[in-house]
Parts: sequence; structure tokens; C-alpha cells
Amino acid sequence: MCSGRVDLSFIFRAFQNGMDGVFIGGCHLNECNYITHGNYHALNVVLLAKRVMQHIGINPDRLNIEFMSGAEANLFVEVVNRFVDKVKKLGPLGSTEGIDQNELRKRVSEVSKLIPYIKIVNQEKLASRLTDPTDYEKLFTQDEIDALFKEVVSYYIDPAKCQACSTCLKRCPVVAIEGGKLQVHVIDQDKCIKCGTCFEVCPPKFGAVTKIVGEPAPPPLPLEKRAIVRKAKTAS
Amino acid sequence: MTYTEVKAIEGEVGDFKVTLVKKPRYILEDKCTGCTICVEYCPAKYPDEYNQEISMNKAVHVYFAQAIPLITYIDESCLYLKEKKCRICERVCKNDAIDLNQEPEKKEIQVGAIILAQGMEPFDPKVKKEYHYGEFANIVTSMDYERLLCSTGPYQGEILRASDLKHPHKIAWIQCVGSRRVTPGENSYCSAVCCTYTQKQVIVTKDHDADVQCTIFHNDVRAYGKDFERFYERTEKLPDVRFIRSYVSIVKEDPVTKNITIRYSTTDEGVKEEEFEMVVLSVGLNPPKNVQDISEKFGIELNAHNFCNITSTNPMATNRPGIFVSGGLQGPVDIPESVFSASGASSQIGELLNYRRGNLSQERVYPPERDVCMEEPRIGVFVCHCGANIGRIVNVPETVEYCKTLPNVVHAQEQLFSCATNSAKEITDMTREKGLNRVIVAACSPRTLEPLFRDTVREAGINQYYLEMANIREHNSWVHSKEKEEATQKAKDIIRMSVARAYQLEPLQEFDLPVNKAALIVGGGIAGMNCALSIAKQGHEVHLIEKTSELGGIARRIHSTLDGLDVQEYLRALISRVYKHPLIRVYHDASITDATGYVGNFVTTVKSERGVTEIQHGAAVIAIGSDLYTPAEYLYSQDDRVITHLDLEERIVNDDEQIVNAQSIVMIQCVGCRNEDRNYCSRLCCSQSIKNALKLREKNPDIDIYVLFRDIRTYGFNEDHYREASNKDIKFIRYEPQEPPAVEPGESEDGRAVLKVTVTDYVLGKMLLLDADIVSLAAAVIPSESTRDIAGFFKVTLSPDGFFKEAHVKLRPVEFGTDGVYLCGLAHYPKFIQETVNQSYGAAGRVLTLLSRDTVVASGSVAQVDESRCIGCGACVSACTYGVLELREVKKAKKAFVNPVLCKGDGLCTTKCPTGAIQLKHFTDQEIMSEIDAAIPVEEAMPLEAAVGYK
Repeated sequence: MCSGRVDLSFIFRAFQNGMDGVFIGGCHLNECNYITHGNYHALNVVLLAKRVMQHIGINPDRLNIEFMSGAEANLFVEVVNRFVDKVKKLGPLGSTEGIDQNELRKRVSEVSKLIPYIKIVNQEKLASRLTDPTDYEKLFTQDEIDALFKEVVSYYIDPAKCQACSTCLKRCPVVAIEGGKLQVHVIDQDKCIKCGTCFEVCPPKFGAVTKIVGEPAPPPLPLEKRAIVRKAKTAS
Repeated sequence: MTYTEVKAIEGEVGDFKVTLVKKPRYILEDKCTGCTICVEYCPAKYPDEYNQEISMNKAVHVYFAQAIPLITYIDESCLYLKEKKCRICERVCKNDAIDLNQEPEKKEIQVGAIILAQGMEPFDPKVKKEYHYGEFANIVTSMDYERLLCSTGPYQGEILRASDLKHPHKIAWIQCVGSRRVTPGENSYCSAVCCTYTQKQVIVTKDHDADVQCTIFHNDVRAYGKDFERFYERTEKLPDVRFIRSYVSIVKEDPVTKNITIRYSTTDEGVKEEEFEMVVLSVGLNPPKNVQDISEKFGIELNAHNFCNITSTNPMATNRPGIFVSGGLQGPVDIPESVFSASGASSQIGELLNYRRGNLSQERVYPPERDVCMEEPRIGVFVCHCGANIGRIVNVPETVEYCKTLPNVVHAQEQLFSCATNSAKEITDMTREKGLNRVIVAACSPRTLEPLFRDTVREAGINQYYLEMANIREHNSWVHSKEKEEATQKAKDIIRMSVARAYQLEPLQEFDLPVNKAALIVGGGIAGMNCALSIAKQGHEVHLIEKTSELGGIARRIHSTLDGLDVQEYLRALISRVYKHPLIRVYHDASITDATGYVGNFVTTVKSERGVTEIQHGAAVIAIGSDLYTPAEYLYSQDDRVITHLDLEERIVNDDEQIVNAQSIVMIQCVGCRNEDRNYCSRLCCSQSIKNALKLREKNPDIDIYVLFRDIRTYGFNEDHYREASNKDIKFIRYEPQEPPAVEPGESEDGRAVLKVTVTDYVLGKMLLLDADIVSLAAAVIPSESTRDIAGFFKVTLSPDGFFKEAHVKLRPVEFGTDGVYLCGLAHYPKFIQETVNQSYGAAGRVLTLLSRDTVVASGSVAQVDESRCIGCGACVSACTYGVLELREVKKAKKAFVNPVLCKGDGLCTTKCPTGAIQLKHFTDQEIMSEIDAAIPVEEAMPLEAAVGYK
């Protein structure tokens, strides 16, 4: 396992659990013993997480990544002590932020649900290799991340167009689409990870799935109204 | 066998009898667990040899932090050994591992072959008074400085002056100490590594403290190795770093400040004196101190420099059959070259002893594995005291009681040393007796002992991936020695997290893949042919594919080497051996059209004079050589008097009249490299030009020969030939890249049609105008044209300079990150014939490690895709550097597929996957998340309201 295995969701799970700081250690950049160089990926995750933290009101200093080799025990001690002191100064989660801890944890919980979406949007950036430290701040800008949350997409199945063909239902990776034979399909927005698969696979002749940007999807059709009445093939 | 010396050897190749003397360690190796409690109590302090005697150590100590075995020994400074006093260590050792009555132990072993790898030694500047080493407190050797920089060094990584233990802010390095000098006591050769290690030290120094001013006094800067030129450039560009080309003398030490004054001279400012707070002597490399003794004992000849006497066609062989040499004893070398020859020597021994390969090995048999999938997890926790290492800090009994309260823990106990043989057996027995199906060993880092404990649970009939280690030593007792209560709490926390993880663990299977016994070698030059022969001599079929109609590669254009080898004669013999070997099949005019498969099981399609052949092979070696740069500068291809250094060699050999009767020849170095386009040194050209110059001088004593250079990089023993050339009136004129020489047609004073060469001489400080009948260009060595195609076929990567990129520049220089594919020769980087031969045998050695096995084991901890969750986004595919993943069309949808054989288990794919479809087994999201959740004890955790959907 490599430091590149540190998932965005691990970091937020720790904060959600009420941890006051998260420290990630990786090998020195550009000194991978293999050809993986996953520490660059870990760095990207941290840079992204810090912006997200800022967005929801958590002090980004509560997250720290440091690079060192196995032979640098004293460096490890130094950076850990420094970080612990910093977190102690910041106090329990929420205290410096001036936000109730439970409120913050709720925000983290909300943000955690969007992690799959965040990963999809930033797929390329998360795999980039920043060799110049002056580029760190530029990889993800605060405006960009704020905009990302403002313009979160939702997918919605238009009941008027859905022909209950089940294509989206079968292809949804998280089983978030309900429906059956002659039953209008409905996306469970709580389960939906906004990957857009349904949008892509809905047959163009129906075009029933719409992408909504920046506002919530309309409420689902009540169960009793989901039956589809197919237009009878009228004899000419 | 450590702490052991060879007393005598008898016999001959295939049947040596070696008498060994194992020095008394005064420690029972099978009992010592490396807990180092004895070190703590030992009262005898003495200067620490490992730390260059800058700091102190104890009479009983571990030699250094990464020593193997990681156990203590007692040296002659021990009070008991000296005066029969003390014996404290005996009393504090909890495992009865001290034996102060040990005697030297004589042993006789029988071996078929021997490798000499005694290495080399740093030059001792005390032999020359003018270095003032040992006299002025703040003059250190580069080896001393290396230790100062290291976090396990005398001051835990602080750079401190000996005189006042303060940080120096102005440091000077003096290059070539003990090297490139013909004064008695010093070495005439170039030590080959000092320029680059100095640059490393400068970079690390600046990392420590960005404000330190670093000055390097140097002669030629020899950044000839792979990536070294970039490294040199990086160092040069650091702020407050000066490279000054000057000889120096150490003038004096200030009696009060203990600063050191150095005298040097520059072309601009003349002779100057400057004060430094610390001076580092970049000492060169000597043969081992006891090299004469080695020579006599093993019956091997030494060369004039007292290194092993070797030939460039087989630098691993000594004069005595069956005795081989690798690494520094061959001469001053860097790490990659040492690794080449280490692996290469082993391949040569493989050739000798192949007929008895595997005779001494025994297969381990484990009991059948119990299927526990349907059982409720039954977790056992074994908490180790590690002697006193853990037990003295962590309250182990209390921790054990706590473990018993954790969910699914059905057994918990303490152990004095979990790693001791009897304790491991206890774990096996308890696992059986209590019906455990998960085992946690709460002890040290899994880095060292995880294999042992995995073995232990296998012995109990449990899948080895059901073992979990909780590190309560390195992560806890060792760093919290003063906070006992907190450390106990932390031990509980760590174990609780492990229990949560253990609950989630799944049994994983490692699988055996068959290995095809044949090898494919791409490229029939010196590298490919040597590699082919060594593999074939060990009984493996070899397919050697060559793109042209003849074997030989670029060596066909080389006639001699500086050390006097007749290259063509060597080549003829080599080619003939290749054709005659029954197991080598040569394909001429060959090109690869397709390559598929993976380690042990490749299929490569080759189009050649034999038609189209589909070759099945277990390993592939890339030895495609390199090309020569076609100069676009200095009128090359416009004026036929401008030729390359290879053309010149050819024409000297053929006694071309235009060459041997010329009045003046100018050689221009670094043509097409060490520039923005090709930011590397071609390594060979300085020696190539000097060789040509010397040959010319032999044929025509009157000819004027000028070599226009930037740095002369005749590293190692070639330095002697550089000196010889200087002595034979070959003129070396240094130019700077911003003012390159200019060549234009013109007339000499006596009306001869010549090439006019203008160059600025920095020593004389003036512009020179040279008349040349011939201008020879040292054209760069560039990656072969087919490099990209070949890289694509075998899924291997390239370095920034376009040569093939090895798995690790220092440690794995003949392998690729892609398993089963190996590398040698110029395709890796420019190198001399001797280095190529070392590397080609080195590649053969690695190939044999693979092909001599019937199967390769693939790890159980690999990526796995849940197809129903995969949306085919490809994030995993692009994150993977090993080509493990690909997207395939399944029922009109794209899905990721894993080739588990190639997977290295880094987990980047899992992190990139938005849906959690791809999981790294043994480190799944679920396994890691449960650890994170368990980091806070249940009673302290503040649950989020169910309303926010907290899962």
C-alpha cells in the first residue's frame, strides 16, 4: 500500500468522527522505490481536501501532509510534534472555526456524500504530478471548489418521457434507481452519487434523464402515479 | 554469517574448501531479539566507528540501525573482556542471549565458486599533512559529513562543527582529495563518485538550512552518470552555491573562531584568500586496506592501482577460475555499476554450477487451510513485552485485560518476545486450541516480522491474510517512553483499531503462475550477445533478435579501447560463440510487430528473415543499444573535413592519408548534448577523443592535436590516459557553453586550405585561432530510433532523456518496473564496453532468478473490480503505472478489468474510483474505514444524529 491509497473519504471520515487533525506521511517526492510515485496523488488529495475544508468552514491547517524517508526518525518526530502543537493551538474541531462541532460534523457528513462526484469532476487533476511547489496552490482554487459545490448537478428522470425500459436502472452503479415494468423510474437522490451514468445510457429516443445544475431535483412522483400508460398503437 | 572472516581457501573451481573464522559476538544470535536493553545499561562508552568516531557508542551495540541481523554484538571496549568486570548486560537481558565466554569459531564450508565483494575504502587525508585533517577541528572528510547529515548520525542529523558544536553557515568542499594526483600517497585515478556525492551533500545541506553558503572548489565536474547532469545543474542553480574551478591550499585555522582560510585563484580575480566555517574534503576511494592480504589469500592478481586485475571483456572474472569480483574491488564505481556486477557475477557462477542448481533447497509444507468463511470472527490478541522495550512503558497486563473486552476477541495474552521460536509456536498452538480465525500480534512494525507471523498462522491452518499486526513499539513505546499512562492508552487504541480491521479481513489466495523457460533478447550488440550467452549457458533457450543482417551493434565501429582491447577481434569471437551455441536462435533483419503477456508468459511476434514467428518466452531483455547524433553544427555534412569521432577512429585505423598526414586536428567535445535539447553527458566521448588523439600521436608525432572541451570526464582509471595525452603534447583547451568554438573554412598563413577554429581559452584569457585540417566532433550518444516502439510493446517507461527507465536508478538498474522485462547496454544509458558487459551479465542474472523457477507467486493483496459498480470512467486505468487495468466492453458498457499478476498493490486505483467498484484487497475501503472509526473509543465517540445519515 502506498500513500496514494489515502482516500479523500478517509480524511473526511476522521473529521466526521470528531478528530481534530489529520496527518498524512509519504515518501519523499520523486524518490519512489517503484515506479508508482503515488505520493504525488496523496498530495493532490490533500490539496483538494484543504479547499473543501475551507469551503465548509474547517480550518485547512487541521490537515497536514509531510514527506520523509524511513531513515529520518528525527524529522518525523519534528513534523509530528509541530503538527500536534498546531492542532492543540487550534483546539477541538469547531473552536477556532467558531462553529458548533456537531454542526461542522454534519457539514462534513453532507460533503462526504458528494465525494464520488468530487472525484469524477477532478479525475484528471487528482492524477497530476506537481513538480513545482509553486503550483500547489493553483491545482485547485478556492473559487473553483466553491463553484463546484454551488453548481452541484442532480439527475432527474422526467416522468413524462420515461418509458420504463430499465436501462438506467440496470446500469446504475449504486442501485439508486427505483422502478419496474411499466413503472416510471425514479432516482433516489439520497443514494445517487451523481456519476451521470443514467444520463448517458438513457436511449436518445426517450431522452428522459435530465441534468440539473445548481438546484435540487424536483421531488419524486408519488408511488401511485408512476404507472405508465403507453399510447395504444392506433390502427391507421 | 556476519562477523566472519575467511582464513584460507583450498581447492579449485567447483570444489573450494573455505576456512572461516566467526569472531565472538558474545551474543547468542538465535536468542537475541534486538531489543537493545543491554545497550541501555552498558556503562562502557567508546567512539562510534559507524559514525566516524564523532559520537560515542556502547561496548554492546547494534552496528547501525539497518544492520542485518538487527542484533547486538560486544566489542573489545567491553569492561568484562578487558578487566573481567561489570557483566551488567547478562543480568538485564531477559532472553539469556549474552555469552561472554564465546570463543572464535572455526568453520569449514564447501563451495563451488566465490565472489569477492570487499568493496573499497575512503581515502584517508591524514597521510597528507597539507590537508590538516585531524589537526584543524572543523575540517571533515566527506564521509564524516555524510554521517553529520544523517538523522541516525552523531548529532541526529544536525550539522555541527567539532570546535563549538555550532551550525556552520559557510562551508567549502574541496574536490579530488586523494584523487587525480600523482603525488606519493595519493591516487592517480579519478574516484568517479565524488563530484556527484558532493552535489548531493550540497543539496541536502541546503535542505537542512537554506541560508548556508556552499562553495565547491573543483577541477572538472564529472557528472557523467545517468541523470547526473540535471543534478549538477540543479545544485548549481541553488542560491548561495558557488562552483569555483581552482586548485586550493588550506592556509590556516583561526585560533579563536577555528574558521579555516583557503587560498584559491580565479581567472577574473587572481589569487584570493577566503575564510570558511567548515571545510569538507571530498575524499576519493581506495582499495580495501587489506587488499594485499585478499590478493594472497584468494590467489588473485591486483592491478597497478591495487584493485583487482580485470579485463574489460569480462570484468567480473579474476585470474583464478571460480573466483569472481563485483563492486568496488573492480575499481572505483557508483552504486548502479556495483549492482550490475553483483548480479552479473552471480550469473557467471550460475553458468558454472547450473548442474547442481536447487540441490540444497527444501520445500516448505504447511497444514491444509481451514475454511473459516462461515464462522463468526474469533479474534486472538497476543501482546508482546519485547523484553522491556514495550513492557517497561506500556502496562501490558492491563492492555491484555482491555483486549478481552473488545468485540469478538475470544483470547488475549501477553508474551515476553512474540518473535521468539517458542512464542511463535505458542501462537500457533493457541490458534488451534481456541479455534481462533483472526490473529493480532501487538508488537513491533510489520516491516520486519510480518512474514514470520504470517507463517505462524499458516502453521495453525489459518489463511495468512488473517494476521494483523498492531505496532505498539515503534509507534508507541519507543516514542512515548516518558508518558507511561498515555502510552498504555495509545496501545489500547492501536489494538482496538486492529481488532476492528481484523473483523473485516478476508482470506486471500496467492497464486502460482507457470513460467515459460525461454528468454527473448532484443538487440544483438555486445550487451545482447553476452546476456544471451550467459542465459543459454544456464540451460535456457534464447531468442536473440537483431534488426540488421549482422550481429555486433555499434561496436562494429569501435576498433580499440583505451585499455588496449582489440574490439573487432573480441567481437568476432563473441559472435562466433553466439552462433555456435545450440540454445541461441538468432533472428536477423528482425522487427517486433506485436507483444502481449506478462511476467513468465510473454508472446512476441517477430518478423525476420525466418518469416513471421510467434515467440513464447518468460522473460525479455531490452538491449537495443543507441544511435549517434548527426551534428547540425560546426559545418558537419557541409564540409567533408568535419567528421565525427567514430569516423575519425575508422580512418585512423585505416591509415587514411588525409588523417595521418594532417598537420593539425581539432576535436570538439560535447556536440549535441549537455545542452537544452539533450541535458545529459554522453559519458564516452572524452575517452573516445583521447583514445583517438593517442592513436594519432603514435602514427604521427608531429601533428598538432587540440581537444576543445567543457569538462574532461575520464573518470576512473581512464584518468591515466588523460594524463598521458597531456604529457604527449595534446593540447586541451576548455570552452564555456555560452561561447562555443566556431568553425569556418579559410586559409593558413602558408596558404594551405584549412578550417579556422576560433575558441576562447579561459586559462590564457584570450581568443585563440587554430588551423585545422580535420575537425572531429564528439557527437552525442542518443537513444535508438526504435526506443519508443519497443517501450510500447513491453509497457516500459522512458527517462526524460529518452533512454529506457530502469525500475530504480541505483538499486534496480537492470530491471524495469514491469516484471519480467530487463535492460542492459547503451539502451539504458551511454557506457563503456566493460560497463556494458557487467550490465549484460547483470541482466542475465536477474533473468535466471525468474526463469530458474517453475512458477512465480502473485500476491493476494491486489486490486479487484466489482463489475456492477464500475461505470467505466477509466480513472483507475490512468492512475495505474503497471498496466494492470484495462477497459473492456461488456454488454455495451465499459468495465475495468484487473490483471492481478501485474498488480503491485499500491491502491492508487481504489482511491481514484468514484463508486468504490475497485478495491485493493487487504486494504479495502471497508477495512480502513473500520480502523478510522475505531480510532475513538466507543464510549468517547459522540455519535452524529441518525438524521444526518451518518453511516
